[in-house]
Amino acid sequence: MRVKALESLLQAKGLIDPAALDAIIETYAHKIGPRNGAAVVARAWTEPAFREWLLQDATAAISETGFYGRQGEHMIVVENTDKLHNMVVCTLCSCYPWPVLGIPPGWYKSDAYRARAVREPRAVLADFGVVLPAGRAVRVWDSTAEVRYLVLPQRPGGTEGLDAAALAALVTRDGMIGTALV
Amino acid sequence: MTRVHDMGGRFGDGAVVPEPEGAVFHADWHARALAVTLACGALGKWNIDTSRHARECLSPQDYMAFSYYEKWMGGLAALLVAKGVVTPEELAGMAAPTPSPLAEKALRAGAVAGVLAKGGPSDRVSEIAPRFAIGDRVQTRKLAQNSFVKGGHTRLPRYAAGTEGRILRYHGTHVLPDAAAHGRGDAAEPLYAVGFAASALWAQPEHSADEVVLDLWQSYLEPVL
Repeated sequence: MRVKALESLLQAKGLIDPAALDAIIETYAHKIGPRNGAAVVARAWTEPAFREWLLQDATAAISETGFYGRQGEHMIVVENTDKLHNMVVCTLCSCYPWPVLGIPPGWYKSDAYRARAVREPRAVLADFGVVLPAGRAVRVWDSTAEVRYLVLPQRPGGTEGLDAAALAALVTRDGMIGTALV
Repeated sequence: MTRVHDMGGRFGDGAVVPEPEGAVFHADWHARALAVTLACGALGKWNIDTSRHARECLSPQDYMAFSYYEKWMGGLAALLVAKGVVTPEELAGMAAPTPSPLAEKALRAGAVAGVLAKGGPSDRVSEIAPRFAIGDRVQTRKLAQNSFVKGGHTRLPRYAAGTEGRILRYHGTHVLPDAAAHGRGDAAEPLYAVGFAASALWAQPEHSADEVVLDLWQSYLEPVL
């Protein structure tokens, strides 16, 4: 396998430390992932002042919640409403907010998603089984710079009694990319 | 004129296939490829724009045939040779590896958490003043091409070239990828989120109210008077 050969070469030249590779993999396999983003969303649903801050200065608000770093240096949170559904793509490569969502799923990096999300977002949503209510516009954010976008889904009805931890469990990765409603 | 990675709006791709949240890496070598790429980035021989451009410079045949992490490996191998970090003979397995003078910069396990947590912000001080205000009408460059380097890196997708939109947000001044990918410095300038009506981009938009928003640098834009 090519990566194995490259890794061996770089190790022989003293350029990579295999233990560092293990630490990177451990970080993205187990420590940094969409549960981070779900905690941010649940906090926004339960703390109105935090929601305001998140929409005004997402980088600071998310950082204060404990999440900052590579591929999340400049964050913007976009809020879904009864009138507007947001969806995020990177048509040129695979830009994605790692500190809050981790490594992107295969479909996010696929040609089909990159090609189609900007031209026919509603057809792409249908691939996910999502049909938007009438009267809802779609705004697709194509991540062409180092700004990273996170969708704030609408809080589902009938969840008034739930605390932040229970609410976070309802939030999906796809909801924060905009290919699910929650 | 453009490169194969610039696929936004393309016709003919099939369905998007959802997948469950649990699967981060589908194969061990994917994780390894990601980690090797990040570790090599820490050597400081290139920036994010250079590495994106290296992947984009894969031949169209390779770009379409390679899986995602194969593209990463292809781009990385090309960069390592171009920057003199490894020799073509070492890469081909035709010469014994020699110790690298960059070895002291190698990312150590103990430094990983700090490096990943620190990130690499792209905002920079710039003397270029913002030319546009929120709500201003703007027109993108007619050609989605690098204006400094033939076939060079740019972040204006072809589908949004020569199109009228309006300024939605101002992000401050950021590194210009068209310059930074080619060793021309950061050349920071104002960056905006620009909204385009789907009907301005596509002959058959799905819905008249839909929009696409792109982050675009000031030099990509002209005022619409």
